[in-house]
Amino acid sequence: MNTPEIEALAQREYKYGFVTEIEQEFAPPGLSEEIIRFISAKKGEPDWMLEWRLRAYRYWKEQYEAGKEPQWAFLPYGYGPIDYQAISYYAAPKQRPESLDEVDPELLATYEKLGIPLEERKWLAGVAVDAVFDSVSVATTFKAELEKHGIIFCSFSEAVRDHAELVQEYIGSVVPHTDNFFAALNSAVFSDGSFVYVPKGVRCPMELSTYFRINAAQTGQFERTLIIADEGSYVSYMEGCTAPMRDENQLHAAVVELVALDDATIKYSTIQNWYPGDEEGHGGIYNFVTKRGACRGARSKISWTQVETGSAITWKYPSCILQGDNSVGEFYSVALTNLRQQADTGTKMIHIGKNTKSTIVSKGISAGRGQNTYRGMVKIMKGAEHARNYTQCDSLLIGDKCGAHTFPYIEVKNRTAKMEHEASTSKIGEDQMFYCQQRGIGMEDAISLIVAGFCKEVFRELPMEFAVEAQKLLSVSLEGSVG
Amino acid sequence: MLEIKNLHVSVEGKKILKGLNLTVNAGEVHSIMGPNGSGKSTLASVLAGRDGYEVTEGQVLYRGEDLLGMAPEERAHEGVFLAFQYPVEIPGVGSIQFLTAALNAIREHRGLEELDALDALKLFKDKIKALHVSDELLGRSVNEGFSGGEKKKNEIFQMAVLEPTLAVLDETDSGLDIDALRIVAEGVNALRSPERAFLVITHYQRLLSYIVPDFVHVLVNGRIVRSGEKELALHLEEYGYAWAGQRDPTGVGSG
Repeated sequence: MNTPEIEALAQREYKYGFVTEIEQEFAPPGLSEEIIRFISAKKGEPDWMLEWRLRAYRYWKEQYEAGKEPQWAFLPYGYGPIDYQAISYYAAPKQRPESLDEVDPELLATYEKLGIPLEERKWLAGVAVDAVFDSVSVATTFKAELEKHGIIFCSFSEAVRDHAELVQEYIGSVVPHTDNFFAALNSAVFSDGSFVYVPKGVRCPMELSTYFRINAAQTGQFERTLIIADEGSYVSYMEGCTAPMRDENQLHAAVVELVALDDATIKYSTIQNWYPGDEEGHGGIYNFVTKRGACRGARSKISWTQVETGSAITWKYPSCILQGDNSVGEFYSVALTNLRQQADTGTKMIHIGKNTKSTIVSKGISAGRGQNTYRGMVKIMKGAEHARNYTQCDSLLIGDKCGAHTFPYIEVKNRTAKMEHEASTSKIGEDQMFYCQQRGIGMEDAISLIVAGFCKEVFRELPMEFAVEAQKLLSVSLEGSVG
Repeated sequence: MLEIKNLHVSVEGKKILKGLNLTVNAGEVHSIMGPNGSGKSTLASVLAGRDGYEVTEGQVLYRGEDLLGMAPEERAHEGVFLAFQYPVEIPGVGSIQFLTAALNAIREHRGLEELDALDALKLFKDKIKALHVSDELLGRSVNEGFSGGEKKKNEIFQMAVLEPTLAVLDETDSGLDIDALRIVAEGVNALRSPERAFLVITHYQRLLSYIVPDFVHVLVNGRIVRSGEKELALHLEEYGYAWAGQRDPTGVGSG
């Protein structure tokens, strides 16, 4: 889009009552075609991107007007209606606090418990840190190393600008905008996110982390990520961090798309620790995420590992479409609900290619009045000769006011398939607690120890530094859940 | 070291201990014997602080302090150790990790420096070797998939590492073959010292051939009905518990 066009748009927007500073930085609440045009113009996007957004918006609007916001997740406490017209879809960065003195002390206390170094605490709390914590130089070194290997790792907006052909080819190819209500919403209004492309035969030499991406701080509530691993390549991507993230936006609807071509492997690890709300369920993030990976190539592999401890409501099913012959899908998950949190999470493994193999290991922990649901689907299509699935689904209850629920769906259309499903529900036994205490280990440490043992199979799938943090995070999240 | 005075304990409203008196001094090994349901394991549980046991009357002093007022982990910090009759499995929790956490919690309480992972591992290996138990147990999750004998040996190994002041062994001998029994007994005997006391709860005299007690007490129906020296155990073996309840039939017991 050229400059006069943008100006014309800006003019028109003004007519619709946008804030009229010379440099417009935010849109009024509400969702309309004009808002979509505004967002797209603000980002300087090409026409095809705007058109793509508009198609998604029109689909979402139909769904919305037909009252098709999904209701099927198992949320015993329900949640208040979401007023989509009250949300600002393009907000200027918030005023940053000048120093840690202006940051919520409770948040700082948690950082301390997690052992986060002081300089990083500032960065996480959103304090302006340019002079102190030189994230720019870290990121620059990082970028040079990646460029050497031809790896593209940038914000989604940059990718739309600089790598249009790749984005155009792959965006929406795994999660089309018609996939579901929230995917449609995200496609219409996505703010930013990450883009990764690993060329043929390249093994990415480091863990890619949003933490190091310069402009990650303001990715906002409608994040969109696209990772493409070309033939024979390998990449490990880490999303989020253990530090609690505060955000004023209640609704988060992210989309993540992964594409693995022949012999490529993508490992995607998430630690999600958004604000969970208080004990009565007030506040807290609604985290409605669509994550899906396509194993397009033969012998490709996609492995999801997630540790979900935050958000008031989590609605998330990182899935794999096993299209390529001999492709492999994995899902390792720890979901913890405490306070009045509700999580409905699991995976879908769709076996299309021959000899495809999937593994699901889900560990749900419920404490306080938390409600934890595993929902998973394994589908073996007609042509998926000799497909195999192993599912293990364990729930651990702490206290007697929480709940654990399991909804496995299995659909097999090929008789050569081999399926295994194991499930268990246990309570942290008084016997186990007493045994630990009798050896001198206090109650809270005992719970941490037992929970970490329960999650071991998932933690060992996480990159080393993430695993240590995850264990600490579970302990902090469970504080006060006994007594 | 341990003074139990007129202890009455109920479990779910049912009276189990009915006025138990016992004094254990440092350096002594006391054995508590008794038939099933006499309250032996209840005594062990109450001393360790397990939930669900209601003390309705009486007092327990440990080194002059009110033991019953302490949380279970505080008792452990103060040197009370219980070798469980049925050690529980904790899946996924490595034995080394578990024991390191326990050891360091106790060391912290005693004002000692935390042992790092390497030093702790060395200590564990030395201790387990001294007991002639395979260190393969260290590589597994706490009691997970252990045989009955392995679980009991593991209890004794933990005791050796944590070096308690008062060790209560709750039927540690039950279900053990003779080799395992010997290992358990040697573990206890190696720890005997003038500063340390043992309360050995058992159903059979057999164990007492290996761990020779200073005193034997017979617990019947919630009370100690007879106390004596090690010979008492032999009389019991011969005449049975019904005999012990009678009014001083042999003159062996001191009542």
